[in-house]
Parts: sequence; structure tokens; C-alpha cells
Amino acid sequence: MFIRLSAAIAALSLLGSAALAQGAKPTDPQIAHIAYTAGVLDINAAKQAITKASNKDVKAFAQDMVRDHEAVNKQALDLVKKLKVTPEDNDTSKTLSKQAADKLAELNKLKGAEYDKAYVANEVAYHKAVNGALETQLIPSASNAELKSLLQTGLKIFQGHQQHAEQVAAKLK
Amino acid sequence: MRSGRCLPFLAVLLGATVLPAHAATIQITIDNLVFAPAEVTAKVGDTIEWINKDVFAHTATARNGDFDVTTPPKKTVTSVLKKAGSVEYYCRYHPNMKAVLTIAP
Ligand SMILES: [Cu+2]
Repeated sequence: MFIRLSAAIAALSLLGSAALAQGAKPTDPQIAHIAYTAGVLDINAAKQAITKASNKDVKAFAQDMVRDHEAVNKQALDLVKKLKVTPEDNDTSKTLSKQAADKLAELNKLKGAEYDKAYVANEVAYHKAVNGALETQLIPSASNAELKSLLQTGLKIFQGHQQHAEQVAAKLK
Repeated sequence: MRSGRCLPFLAVLLGATVLPAHAATIQITIDNLVFAPAEVTAKVGDTIEWINKDVFAHTATARNGDFDVTTPPKKTVTSVLKKAGSVEYYCRYHPNMKAVLTIAP
């Protein structure tokens, strides 16, 4: 179980950074798409958790994820509208979506405490990967100041989620 | 006529001089995931006005359990300080948000 989990985490961070590392730095329309997609994927995972989780802290955490990521994504939508930017699909967004779909299917097979643990562990890993991408790739590459600032706020929120997930994970042990 | 007007005025004046002397209202702003000021001193009985300027919900949760205030997005919530102590508090949703409230008896 532990080995499988570590392998999954390693695969996630590897894929995340590999996808982001390839080629030139992402453009603002691509960055907007990646950030928005990352939020949607976490909302999807959270919605699954709201129906599947048995632990009340895990359920509450999932509800927090839906609320915060929806708030961030609403701001992102408002901003791209204001800047007249059309988010552009790209390989990183595609890789993230593919990985998330696989993870969702994998989690769907689990039940009870096993599901709770796996969901929270993946939340820690996922936020870690997204935060790494924000810090090293997306924020430095963003050229529009407002987009950069929104990504910085997003980073603070997601760092909070990562710590929150780590606390929930510690309590599950 | 004259005394009838004078009496309530006197009562208000007296009340006014007695009450605010030990109950202040202190504002703590939450903006872009930061509590400001990060360190506040207050007294038991003071009211804290938690002003959340973010589009996110936050909490101000005492580590020692003395208070737990939830601040919805773009809302101001008030709470009255009931216990003395130097209290570290944080946001339960975003534990990277931290600050200190020192409450004198
Ligand atoms: Cu918060």
C-alpha cells in the first residue's frame, strides 16, 4: 500500500514537471488554461470525496476544496474576460486531466477508511505538484501583472490546502 | 419641562463615560490571506471586528481553543474577547495564515 502510494506520488510529480518542462515557457492564455484546469480537477476529486468519504474531517476538507477552488476559478474567469484572453488548451492541461481521470477511477474502487486515506494523500501530492508548477513555471512565465497576481493568491490558497490536507492525513493515521 | 429633558441626557452622559472606558472595538483585517495587524493587544470585554476582504471564507481559530470565528467572503464578523492570554490563532481552511492576539485581563 505504502509503496503503491509513493509510486503514485512520484509519477504525479514526475509527469507534472515533465509536462511543464517541455518546450518554451507557457503563454498567458495557456497559463490561464492550466490554472483553471487544475482547479476544476480538484473540484471533481472533491465532489467524489463528498459522496464517498466516511470521515467527517475528510468530507469537510472536500467541501472546502469545492468552495475555494470555485472562488479562485470565478476570479480567473472574470479576469480572462476583462483581459479579453481566451484560455488555450495545451499539453500540460491535457496531461493533468488524463492523470486526474485515472486517479479518480482508481479512487473510485476504494471504500471507507482506505478511500479516505488515499484521497487525502492524493490531495497532499496534487497540491504539492500544482504549487511547484505555480512557483517554478506559471508565475515566473506570466506576463500580465493581474494574471501573475491572481496566480500568487492561488499559490497562497493552495499552500494552505496542502497544509490542511497534511493535517487531515496526520489525523487519519 | 426643563428637568424632564435634562434627566435622560444626564443618564446617557453617565452611561457613555462608564461603558467605553473598558470596552474597545478593534479591527483585524483579512486581506489576500493575511491577518493584519499580525499582532494585536486587547482586553477582556473588547470586541474584535474581523473584516474579511477576500472572496474566500476564512476562520480565526485559537490554537488553545479559546475562540473560533468563521468569516464568510467579503463579510465582517464581530466577536467579544472572553478570556485573557496570549493566543496564537490561525485559519482552519488555510493553516498557513497565522497571527497573535494578546488579551489582557
Ligand atoms: Cu483562510
